[in-house]
Amino acid sequence: MFGRSCDFGGEKPVDTTTGGSLVSASVRLTASSLVVLTLLLCAAPAGAVAPVTTPPPPPELPAPTAFVAVDRPGDGGNAILLTWTDPAPLPEGTVLEVRRSEPPADEFGELQTVKPGAQRYVDASAEDGKTYRYELRVRGVETPDSLGIAGAVGPALVSDPVSPHDNWFRTERTNSLLAVLLFITFILTSIAAARSGKPIFIRRIAGLNAVDEAIGRATELGKKVLYIPGIQSMDEIQTIASIAILGHVARATARYGTDLDVPNKDPLTFVSAREAVHSAYLAEGRPDLYREEMVHYVTYDQFAYTAAVSAQMTREKPAAIFLVGYFFAESLILAETGQSTGAIQIAGQADPTQLPFFVATCDYTLIGEELYAASAYLSREPVLLGSMRGQDIAKAVLLAVGIIGIIAVSLGATWFVDLVRTQ
Amino acid sequence: MNADFGRVMLVVLFALIPIAGIALGMRAPALRSKIPLLVAFFAGLIPIFSMYIPKRFLSGDGGMSPRLDEWLIIVAGFALLLGITNVISNSYRKISRKERNWPYAIVLLVGLFTMGGFGIYGAVSHQGTGFLPDGSPTPFRWVETTVFQPLQSTIFALLAFFMASAAFRAFRARNTEATILLIAGAIVMIGRVPLIEFLAAPFPALQPAAASAGQFMGKATEWIMDVPNGAAQSGILIGAALGAASMAIRVILGIERGYLGLGKGE
Repeated sequence: MFGRSCDFGGEKPVDTTTGGSLVSASVRLTASSLVVLTLLLCAAPAGAVAPVTTPPPPPELPAPTAFVAVDRPGDGGNAILLTWTDPAPLPEGTVLEVRRSEPPADEFGELQTVKPGAQRYVDASAEDGKTYRYELRVRGVETPDSLGIAGAVGPALVSDPVSPHDNWFRTERTNSLLAVLLFITFILTSIAAARSGKPIFIRRIAGLNAVDEAIGRATELGKKVLYIPGIQSMDEIQTIASIAILGHVARATARYGTDLDVPNKDPLTFVSAREAVHSAYLAEGRPDLYREEMVHYVTYDQFAYTAAVSAQMTREKPAAIFLVGYFFAESLILAETGQSTGAIQIAGQADPTQLPFFVATCDYTLIGEELYAASAYLSREPVLLGSMRGQDIAKAVLLAVGIIGIIAVSLGATWFVDLVRTQ
Repeated sequence: MNADFGRVMLVVLFALIPIAGIALGMRAPALRSKIPLLVAFFAGLIPIFSMYIPKRFLSGDGGMSPRLDEWLIIVAGFALLLGITNVISNSYRKISRKERNWPYAIVLLVGLFTMGGFGIYGAVSHQGTGFLPDGSPTPFRWVETTVFQPLQSTIFALLAFFMASAAFRAFRARNTEATILLIAGAIVMIGRVPLIEFLAAPFPALQPAAASAGQFMGKATEWIMDVPNGAAQSGILIGAALGAASMAIRVILGIERGYLGLGKGE
């Protein structure tokens, strides 16, 4: 694997005793007469004749060692990793020159110059399926070569042939994978425990307890329940959580015979919401109460949607409003309009940026993880509750790791940071 | 295994299996409900695997994971057609039955068909929806800039008034928590604007003291935002991230089915 030393790739070594400096002085002498002249000059008394000085021979540039070229591990291909050890000491003003050739061609072409100290280089211009050889040598930017021209190069190391390819595992994400597997283990063991009938304690969540209260209020007043599932699509986990909660709300409205209205901004959310509401009415044995227009599409534009839903709130004055899902700037406009109509409002959001608006304007707010817990909390299904317990165990482990990390870093143990750093 | 393998796998997992499932589900309704769960299982696993497996067929350009995102856009495009159909049918129903507020439905349909018509005209005439060669706007662009965008800005501008009214309600000192909120809010507001310096401007003797007080309020604001506020936000984010991961596992394993309208899990 290690590189081997080779000649200068076409640049022939120069005999310094017959160097170009003498040629440039236009004194053409043979090698023997030069030796005689040098001896005479050395023997002459000082100050007698102006001395003819010979420039010092250019310094020998050292070669790097342990030069290795391998396929970059854990990547998606098209990259070669070169590593080496810089020679010590490396003269001032030198760089390392990386050159590449594609066999069967032997000629190396310039690829990159690397500053001393890097000791690694990734050739991201390599292509999968092709074989390359790399050459590494030290170049003195200001060091004259044997011809007196700056840019002398040292002996080169040539790598073994290497081909890039895509890999099966990102080794740098091993810690992340272990954490994910541990988390899944917590969830699955907790679900298994819940299935065995072990009672699971879940703390009281006021916002979820108020769901039935809000729908009951709407029923008593003979007004509708407005459910707004956020403005994001079904690729957003908060929207998926919101649609799951919508299913429970729809079951309650079906039970009580209360009118439900679900305006949608995203077309995929619209289709999913319609399916969830329809299924809820069927499950409650009240398909007669279900109407297609209960779940309707409004528009794809954020503020046009906000205007339409705000106007609907003002005109129809629903008794209960649910704002559950992912919201952006429209959160406060919708919640404040709903507040002005006197409706009981329940909001749910996991993103902290919009939470203060909901806390200020809504009667109940599901904060962060409560949004994801809602489905389990409302259905009381042991399997779903078990997953919540697993989530809490993971949280406790995370807290412990955080405390250990604080102590470790305070004591100067940087290895801990490297251990948990993800890439 | 190259990108073509990933493409074939996507077609098998998300086209052939669902179609076969629907065909088989005609006779066995129980099987029909299993197909969406199977699709969700594979759709959930592919992005997770691509996090750890850098193979080109999975996570490279044109691999399964990025291509799945592209498929989402295509599916959303078709879903948008369903949405538009729903808007038209709902509005038509309101107008034909003269339901409450039915004139608004006429405005909506006029807007929809006008913009849609200008858009189609732009496509057919190859003008597009931007500007004409002489620099003048196309009809689509003209309506957008002169009608739609001002209306959009108007709705957004309402936010300032709603913020003031929400802050007024939130900052009423009804109990201990609300009082703490009021004090913290007051410090942050004073720390973010040069209020003290402004008030001391007519009194030169007070200006050095006002400058010091202003600096102190700025530091207090920074501390409130970084320490208590930052800690609370981090707590919410960690909890939400774990909740989201737990929800994702439930969805992938088919335990959470509410979003599909399939009711209880198990």
